[in-house]
Amino acid sequence: MSEGTSQAPPPEARDPRPAGRDGEGRIPFASQRRLIWWRFRRHRLAVAGGAVVLLLYLVALFADFLAYADPSASDGHRSLIPPQGIDLFDEDGFHPHVHPLIGTRDLRTFERVYRRDEGREIPLCFLCRGYEYTLLGIIRTDIHLIGVERGRAEASLAILGTDVQGRDLFSRMVVATRTSLTIGIVGVGISLVLGVALGGISGYHGGVVDLVIQRVIEILRSIPVIPLWLGLAAALPRSWSVIQVYFAITIIISLIGWTELARVVRGRFLALRHEDFIVAAELAGCSPRRIIFVHMVPLVASHIIAATTLALPLMIISETALSFLGLGLRPPAVSWGVLLQQASNIEAIALTPWLILPVIPVVTAVLAFNFLGDGLRDAADPYGI
Amino acid sequence: MLTYLARRAALGMLTIWAISLLSFVIIQLPPGDFVTTYIAQLGQTATGSSLEEAQALRRAYGLDRPLLVQYATWISRVARGDLGMSLNWKRPVVDVIGDRIWLTMVVSIAAMVFTWLLALPIGIYSAVRRYTLADHLFTFVGFVGVAVPSFLLALLVMYVGLVIFGADVGGLFSPELAHAPWGWAKFKDLLLHLPLPAAVLALGGTAQLFRIMRANLLDELQKPYVLTARAKGLSEPRLLLKYPVRVALNPFASSIGFLFPQIVSGSVIVSMVLSLPTVGPLLLDALHAQDMFLAGAIVLLLGILTVLGTLISDLVLMWLDPRIRHAGRGSVR
Repeated sequence: MSEGTSQAPPPEARDPRPAGRDGEGRIPFASQRRLIWWRFRRHRLAVAGGAVVLLLYLVALFADFLAYADPSASDGHRSLIPPQGIDLFDEDGFHPHVHPLIGTRDLRTFERVYRRDEGREIPLCFLCRGYEYTLLGIIRTDIHLIGVERGRAEASLAILGTDVQGRDLFSRMVVATRTSLTIGIVGVGISLVLGVALGGISGYHGGVVDLVIQRVIEILRSIPVIPLWLGLAAALPRSWSVIQVYFAITIIISLIGWTELARVVRGRFLALRHEDFIVAAELAGCSPRRIIFVHMVPLVASHIIAATTLALPLMIISETALSFLGLGLRPPAVSWGVLLQQASNIEAIALTPWLILPVIPVVTAVLAFNFLGDGLRDAADPYGI
Repeated sequence: MLTYLARRAALGMLTIWAISLLSFVIIQLPPGDFVTTYIAQLGQTATGSSLEEAQALRRAYGLDRPLLVQYATWISRVARGDLGMSLNWKRPVVDVIGDRIWLTMVVSIAAMVFTWLLALPIGIYSAVRRYTLADHLFTFVGFVGVAVPSFLLALLVMYVGLVIFGADVGGLFSPELAHAPWGWAKFKDLLLHLPLPAAVLALGGTAQLFRIMRANLLDELQKPYVLTARAKGLSEPRLLLKYPVRVALNPFASSIGFLFPQIVSGSVIVSMVLSLPTVGPLLLDALHAQDMFLAGAIVLLLGILTVLGTLISDLVLMWLDPRIRHAGRGSVR
């Protein structure tokens, strides 16, 4: 239902021809890949979504370089600093700098309050030294995109503020990108295997097998899944390491996510099932496994890619939700959900509103993936009308 | 028609069975059993307890029997309305859950109604005035609505409520009425508090549903009968509402099937953010405290009520769509 009806682009958007004049002549000779690319390119939101996704993964890849403060370095004297402004200019032109913060304890409310020391300036520098890390897992270095001259960035910068333990929010958000975006990929990988295998079997064999798999999918879709995940996630032993919990969570999330993929694959397979070349392959004595994986899967590959892209945002949301409730990843792991956990009650929102900032990357990533996936789904079948 | 009903009911029963199995798994998953936890608690209070006592307790509760037997005992107790004891609260699970399960359903159903009330006019408007500014605006808001999970929206609503109105917008009742017995005043108070969480929960579903409505109506509007009706001079609202909208309405009834579970799911987390007195916060506490009988019972009840809701939606669908009502020999879809 959803493919056919949920979208009705105008006729011109469905035309795969490139905008150029000579487009007409090129179409009959273009490869399928070309056609898909041409159609995808017409979908401007999808291209923009793709660019944002690419950018986010670059951030994930170079997270430590972009962060300026060690994401796990806590400092009680720098607890809950509000976002600190950066001044770009001083009297003699472009000199980005910040003012040092002086923290004192309010003797009436016993909260830490901060005020800017307007007299002094701390100049910012680019590509300078900070905490040590390994870039891309191989190069040991301590160069960061921004930092402060002569001094530790942890001690003077707080662009987006700090949390209760005095850890820098900006750096933590950047580093969290890595966890939040990869957990989706691993989860989608597992869903993909389950979805293609079960959807493939269901669509290829039909009959009783199909009936059983379809009923299982229907049942899974009619269960409120969040309470279930919560139950499963809560049962993970407290003694497990961060890595173990990470993989357990991906498996739990992917167990739910495969149904949509299986549905798409099954629909495609049912349509392909009675094509001549499949019958021919069968008569030539190919095993069902060979027919499914060698003859059918490549034909539906583009649909699978589109469905996978649309499944990723669901994974990201699921992880965020689980961690937000304290049942997903646990500190010291850093993900957007873990960061949002600190903003889960009314007091936090009232007193330290900057802690809900990680909402922005979550929504951006999900939107970008959705746009990209929508475009891919439309482009997946370039021969359609 | 009867075959359709029977098929739906059978699937519903199957689903409930699957849910009961999963709930039982959740109860069983944590290491150790009820007695281990109980003994640990006794140990803390320094009464001390022997191994024999533990064995006796296990035998009394049937915990030394095979898992299948345990499942059978558990499910037959549940069928009689005995959901076990909550370890954390030291009270029967049924008492602990109390009103909360019904409030969960009230919130979810209100969200469902909101979804329809919003999606129907927006869908019709977007289809009839295609490619106008408003249509593009709705499409954009729809995209964002699908992308923002309801609990994040709830966080933002809390923040905006605090900054603009300076008030805590959470909860389902005013503080002074929260523990009052049910009465007219409390009911009115509930009605006053309900729209906000319902709207928060409804956004995602509305975004999906109005797009389906728009696409269906667009397909329908291109059909010759619409042209005929227009040529005969039927007034535009009547022409629109009498036939095309009615045909395009189908996904609304069937949407309960996939939206209702989503909304119930979402309500668990949204309730925590907006501190609603539903089963959501209770479930979280139970899970954090490993109070598995309570957690399992909540998962089970939520599942069963969702299945019932879906069954009701099938009845509505049947009532709406003569094609299903009159399909004799089970050849539906």
